[in-house]
This record gives sequence, structure tokens and C-alpha cells, in this order.
Amino acid sequence: MSIKRIEAVNDFVIKFANVNGSGSASANELFARSILRMGVPVSPRNIFPSNIQGLPTWYEVRVTEKGWLGRRGGVDLMVAMNPQTWNQDLAEIEPGGYLFYDNTRPLPQSRFRDDINVIGMPLTDICNATYDDSRQRQLFKNIIYVGALCALLDMDAGAIAELIGEQYKGKEKLLKPNLNALQMGRDYALAHLKCPIGLRVKKADAVGNKIFMEGNSATALGAVYGGATVCAWYPITPSSSVAEAFERYCKRLRVDQDSGKNKFAIVQAEDELASIGIVTGAGWNGARAFTATSGPGISLMTEFIGLAYFAEIPVTIVDVQRGGPSTGMPTRTQQADILSTAYASHGDTKHVLLFPEDPKECFEFTAQALDLADRLQTPVFVMTDLDIGMNTRLCDPLEWDDAKTYDRGKVMSAEELQAGKDFGRYLDVDGDGIPYRTYPGTHPTRGAYFTRGTTKDRYARYSEAGPDYVDNMQRLLKKFETAKTLVPKPLLTPAQHPARFGVIYFGSTSPAMAEALDALAAKGIYVNALRVRAFPFQDEIADFVSAHSKVFVVEQNRDAQLKVLLVNEAHINPASLISVLHYDGTPITARFIVKEIAAVAAALNVRPLKKHKAA
Amino acid sequence: MTYLTKPTLHHPTLQKNKVGYTRRDYEGKISTLCAGCGHDSISASIIQACWELDIQPHRVAKLSGIGCSSKTPDYFLGSSHGFNSVHGRMPSVLTGANLANRELIYLGVSGDGDSASIGIGQFAHIMRRGVNLTYILENNGVYGLTKGQFSATADAGSKSKRGVVNRDAPVDTVSLALQLGATYVARSFSGDKKQLVPLIKGAIAHEGAAFIDIVSPCVAFNNHEGSTKSYDYVREHNESVNRLDFWPTRDAINVDYQDGAVIDVPQHDGSILRLRKTHPEYDPLDRVKALNYIAEHQAKGELVTGLLYIHPDAEDLHAHLNTVDTPFNQLGAKELCPGAGVLEKLNAALR
Repeated sequence: MSIKRIEAVNDFVIKFANVNGSGSASANELFARSILRMGVPVSPRNIFPSNIQGLPTWYEVRVTEKGWLGRRGGVDLMVAMNPQTWNQDLAEIEPGGYLFYDNTRPLPQSRFRDDINVIGMPLTDICNATYDDSRQRQLFKNIIYVGALCALLDMDAGAIAELIGEQYKGKEKLLKPNLNALQMGRDYALAHLKCPIGLRVKKADAVGNKIFMEGNSATALGAVYGGATVCAWYPITPSSSVAEAFERYCKRLRVDQDSGKNKFAIVQAEDELASIGIVTGAGWNGARAFTATSGPGISLMTEFIGLAYFAEIPVTIVDVQRGGPSTGMPTRTQQADILSTAYASHGDTKHVLLFPEDPKECFEFTAQALDLADRLQTPVFVMTDLDIGMNTRLCDPLEWDDAKTYDRGKVMSAEELQAGKDFGRYLDVDGDGIPYRTYPGTHPTRGAYFTRGTTKDRYARYSEAGPDYVDNMQRLLKKFETAKTLVPKPLLTPAQHPARFGVIYFGSTSPAMAEALDALAAKGIYVNALRVRAFPFQDEIADFVSAHSKVFVVEQNRDAQLKVLLVNEAHINPASLISVLHYDGTPITARFIVKEIAAVAAALNVRPLKKHKAA
Repeated sequence: MTYLTKPTLHHPTLQKNKVGYTRRDYEGKISTLCAGCGHDSISASIIQACWELDIQPHRVAKLSGIGCSSKTPDYFLGSSHGFNSVHGRMPSVLTGANLANRELIYLGVSGDGDSASIGIGQFAHIMRRGVNLTYILENNGVYGLTKGQFSATADAGSKSKRGVVNRDAPVDTVSLALQLGATYVARSFSGDKKQLVPLIKGAIAHEGAAFIDIVSPCVAFNNHEGSTKSYDYVREHNESVNRLDFWPTRDAINVDYQDGAVIDVPQHDGSILRLRKTHPEYDPLDRVKALNYIAEHQAKGELVTGLLYIHPDAEDLHAHLNTVDTPFNQLGAKELCPGAGVLEKLNAALR
């Protein structure tokens, strides 16, 4: 019986199953980058455990000339390098797919499947014959299999060699052996294996000027460009690399050339309570400051977030979301902190949230968050997640307009105070709910005030009088209305044909949604899509819902948190919303969205429009 | 407390300091604490110290947590910005404020509940980091604002007003500060202004983490027989190891070491601390000996007061972080933003 062979050019999924700490990560990334160099978009994802060494880890690369950057689901070629996960890895391969494995030790036939194509290569033997040192045997094994894949997938060996050359530029000692290992793998495959297999990478021109970057690095760079000088943080997956990247960028870009001194201060605090406290103190004193954390950190920070809201102090918080509650799934992705951030703190509070979709928006929104925090004198959250933050993602190049200056908001100067301008710290002089503030030390006799978490009157004097309290709380609501006009607007992707259905989505769901819309349209199901990019919600969002008979709300959490917020805050009738929820910790896929929406569409008895001619 | 409002007019003959302020210019709102509260005496000492140091009041930032002691920044330096933050979290807020503007003088005011219980972690870490501040702990061994519960600094065996005996071991914040790396550590008594004012002046002049534990009796809940934080008890058990004199500049005195009874300690900012030793064997320049000395006397039931440790060449957090001299809050896009050209290069490296 001949086994079916999946045949695909520039459109398949390859997954590497490795052992954590075995040095596979850089080899796998090298593989992904070399496909990019061939002009073919890839979307790689780390699937890793909360562990440093020994537990299973995977790296999944979606090769996608069409540029679908969401996770596809299913695996066409499994590079099975981890005996621990052999059975599970094998089970994931699509029928007709391929298994590449180390056949140094023969395995009984019963360990294989009869509907997949098996490619064995004696990697351990090759390494043992070539290298004496056990660490080298381990590390070069990874490069050798990349070499073999190069032959099996008919890739451009020059692209990989070029990348290795760039990586080890000036480090001849490392360059040569890596190139040799690559060549060795490739030669072996060409000589002993049937090359190419049904999956192939063919040079294309689909990458353009896009960049390949981790969301957390982009967030950090956004903080550099946005003028953050103080970063206080406490290590927590998946956000630690934000602070680490901030430090790396600052060391390059923020050291004063004349004095050699730093125009930044990074404090690794004792806990999240201290990190947000430091950020609050710095914000109060007029420096731009931020912290980066994840869900458990947000839980700890809520007391301070309430203070910053009530005392009106600019604070920027990056929440790289992971699976909750409690310790939850520290190394998996979710969008499950929407409610805990939107309403963080006891008492009545509402906070500004920004939802970037990719590294480019991580960069933009973090810089913008620092402006918004100053303008609105309140906490602003940049809500990314592990999927965006810790994976290298293809996106448009980052942009900055040199004409832009920082919006430091309403800060009364010594000159204005001297001129006798009335200063009431909580006085709404402009009708937008935003009062003026002064930096400590501004004027010898005017503009000083006492900041407190207790109730106060418009001139910051302690007061527990009901009317003062209500006056202040109402002004804070007015300020939140003002925020609507300042935060990023939702973006509409209209269907090609009039549509009864709408879909609302946000953040890292974006690439899967783009692909899903395409696939749904191919099935004759047309859906208008609105990507929400911030809270508070602008009126466009409610208008969008009322323009459709039903609107799907796609989220990566169990409790439909964005939907709850939409119902609560945009006064949307819950009956008009249908939740599509994906929350197993893996990134949502287009397949999942299509299945869910198509099922509901069928149940609602929608006759697909006649299939239109393909463009 | 009193309901009388303070007159705003100053007597014309009131003495002015070098920067043109009278002592009254360093006052704040009228205290709402109980009459006779030790904390009010500490506020008065802070006022005196700042006036004598010729500090412009608005160049001080005063931060606190929550509790009776944390209310006091409203009662001194009315022209300074104050921040009554969250319970036990003054240290982190002050750290951030200090990073944002290194040019102001930072005064952290806290209590024993605020610093030794809920905030012991933040207390520990601000000492470790060497933030340039004066940390004043108004220590009465009791939660006053919630009406008389023991705090973590209450001595074992000490009796509450309701007759309950505390069985838990006390936290000694002075020893903790010493262990954690504070570079100026003192203990005093709210009722001893002569000792306290120079200690506060020395702490403000010190360029590093300066900590003063001030026993401050709570007249409402901890000033009875059986309390170890009452006026009577402290007066009886106070063992002052030295008396401090403070000179703002080096030239003001002749610096010659006399017999073992006096030592002069020059500080980074040029000021001189002259210690008149009342216990000649006590060496405030030796952290380890200081710790032992305090422990030995504590075992005898004695409360050692005075300047307990000083590291004259201390470095602060800004030195550790090698930050620029200009305060961060004065830097704008020109200084901070690398610009579009650099971004283009960064983009290119990501392809």
C-alpha cells in the first residue's frame, strides 16, 4: 500500500520536538529565518514548559507564502528529537505527513504510524563519529538536522550559510564548525535520503520590507522611544524579556555620550508591589515610568493601581498575559486579564487598556501609553500576551516621526504659578475632567499639594464630605470619556459583500482572524470584522454591533471577558453577541474560528451567498 | 489636637535663616493627632532641623505610608509636596520619586506598623538599595489609628492598655537596617529634641540610606505602666552612646581628633558630624561592633540611642545605577528619543 504524500510548496507546518536546554532554539530559529531569507513568510511559535532544562519543548514553524501568521493547527513535518514526547508528536502529524527522526537506535515498527512518511537519519552516530566533546555532539546535532531539512525541503543552502555568517561575524572559531555541520547534514540527506520530499520551499517575494521581531522587544523599544526613564519590574514569565530588552536597548541608545552616564534607571524590585510603587513614585515626580508584568503581578499591583487612579498619577503597565487563574499556565497564552485590568482595585475604577496585535503595535502603543498616561494622569495598560510577546513575528517595519514631541499633559509651570494662575490639583478647568498637576519642587510658595489615597476636594484638601466625593468621582468619569477620544480607534475590515454578521476581536487573535475571514468568505459566509484596539470603547463599536443581526466576539479566555466589558460599558444587548472562546493555552487558529462561526451560521440557517468567482 | 486655626501672620522679629525663611515657614497644617503625641514632637524636630539646615521647604518631598505617623507630613513643611501613599509602601514610592528627580531632598515618614509589619519587605529593600533619603520611623509599638493593637516592634512581655501581654518577639528595626546595609543608622526618643534635631540634620546631609528609629510614645494607647514604649519607661532605660553636633560645612570647625570622647565625621556634602561620645567604647564607624553592642545592651533591657552607625563615604542608588546628573523629569524627547534614523537601522537589523 502506498502512503499518501502531502504535497505543498511554501504552505505547510513543520514542528520541532526538542528537549529544553539542548540548544535547539537557535538552530530552529536559524531554520525559520532562512526561509524568510528566501522571501517566504514564516510564523514560528515557541511552545515551551515552565522549566529550564529537561522538559519537552516545541518550535512550530508555519511556512506561509500567503502570509497567514496565525497558528494553523496540525503538523505536516515533525522533527521528532525528543523520545519523551514521541507518541504525542507522532499523533499530531497529518495523514500523509512526514516524520523526521534520529534512527541511530532502531525502533520497533509498532512505534510508528502506517499513514505517514518516515525519514530516519542516524544523527547521533554522525555526531559521535565527528565530535569528541559531548556538548558539541548535542549542539551540532541541531545544526546537522537543519542541514538535512535544507536538502529535504529543497531550500537554498546559501541563505542558511549567509545567516550563520551574520550570526558568527568576527567569531571564526564558531563560524566554521557551524558551516561544516550544516554541510554535513545536507550532504548526508542528499546522499542517503529521497530529496526533496513533498513539502518544499521555493524562493518567492512575499516578505517585502517586513521585520522579524519579538513583541516584548518591540514593547521595550516603544518604551525607549516613548521616553520612559524609569523601569521597575519583577521577573515573571512571559514578561521578563520586556525589562531585559529595555535594558539592552537603553545600553545602546540611552547612554549620554559625553558623561557615559545613563538616561535610564532600571530596578529589579523585590516584588510586583514594589515595582508598581516605584513606577507610581516616579510618575508622581514627573518621570515617565513603566513596569512589565503578567496576570499574577497585576493581582498584586491592584492596590497601587487604585491609588494611581484616585490620586491621578501617570503609570504605564505592560501586561503580557498568560494562562490564569493563579499560577495557571505560565508558559501558555491567553487574553484573560481584560476584566482584572479594566476594573483593577477595590472601589469604583475604570482603566485605559490598549490591545496591540503584533510587535509593530506593541512598539506604537507602548510609546503612546506613556503619552496617554501623562495626558490622562492615570494608569494605562498595554495588553499583550505570550503569543505576541515571546514569539518572533513578521510585521511591518517600526515607524517614528521625528516631528513628534512627548505629550506631558497638563503640568503647571513655575512661571504660571508665579503669574498667579489658580491651581487646584483636582480642579476641572478645561471641562475635560483632566486637572492640572505640578511637579514637586516647582515653586517656593505655590503649587504644593498633598497627594493621598483618601478623598479630597478640588484643591486636594482632605475631605470625606459626600458632595466632594461625588464631585470627584464624576469628574473621573468625565476624564474617562475624554480618554475615548484619545485612544486608538477600532479598525474595520469590511466583507466583500453585504454581511448580516459581524465579528469583534482584538490583540493576538488578529492574524488567525484575517485568515479565518478569508476562509469563511471562500465558504460564502461573509462577515464584517472590527478589531477593538482600546478600552474605553468608542461609539463606533456599539454602532457596529447594532448594524448587524449577530456579532461574534472572539477571545482567548473562558469567561468572554471582552464581551462582558462590551455589555457593561458599551451598553450592548448581550443577545446580539455570540462568543467564540479559545482558552486551552495554545494560540487561537483560523481553523477554530472558521469552525465555530460556520457552525453558528449554519444553525442560524444562513444560506451562503452563491460562491463568487475567485479573483 | 486643637481646632484653633493657625495665624498666618508672622511676627516681624522672627529670626530668618540663610535662605530667608523663618521657622514658621517650615510648619504645616495643624496636627490632628492626640495632644501629647510623640509624633508631634518629631514633626517639631523635623521643622527645626530643616530651618537650621537652610533648606528651602519646597525642595523637600515628604512621603509616607498609612497610619498616625504617616499623617504627620501634612503637619510640617506646608510648602513641600507630600505623598500619603499606601500602607507599608512608602519606600517603593519614594524610590521611584527619587529616581525621577535626584535634586530634591527625600523624607520618608513611617510607623512601626507601616515599616515593621506590612511594609517590612519594602523597608528592607530601600535600605539595601541605598536610596538617598531620611527614613524616620515613629515607633510606638502600637496601632494607634485602629485603637491599640500591638505592633511588631512591641517588646515581648509588654502589656497593652487592656492588660494583654505581648508574647511575640519584637522586630528591632535598627539592627535590621544595619544588617541590610543602611549607611546612617540612629535611634532616638521623641522627647529628646536635643539629641533628635542634630540626628535628623545629619541624616538629611547624609548621601545614602539614612534611618532613624524614634521611640515615640502613644499617649492614647501605649503610655501606661507595663508598656516599654512609654515616656517613663524610655526615660529610665535610655542609654545614649553619643551626642551629635552638626556643622553644615567643613570650615566651621577645626578637625582635630581629641581624646576618645569626640570624633568628627566629615560627610560627602562637606558637612561635619561631631560625635560627643558618652560611651567611649562605642564605635559608630564599625557596623559589626555596632550590631553587637546594640544586642548586648538590648539583652540588658537598655535602649541604646544616638548615632549608631555611619558610613561617611556611602554611595546612593543613583551612583549604583550611574544615572545622569540632570533629573529625569527634566529630560525630553530630544534627550531620550533615539529618532527615526536609528529606528531605520534597527529595522534593517531585524530582516
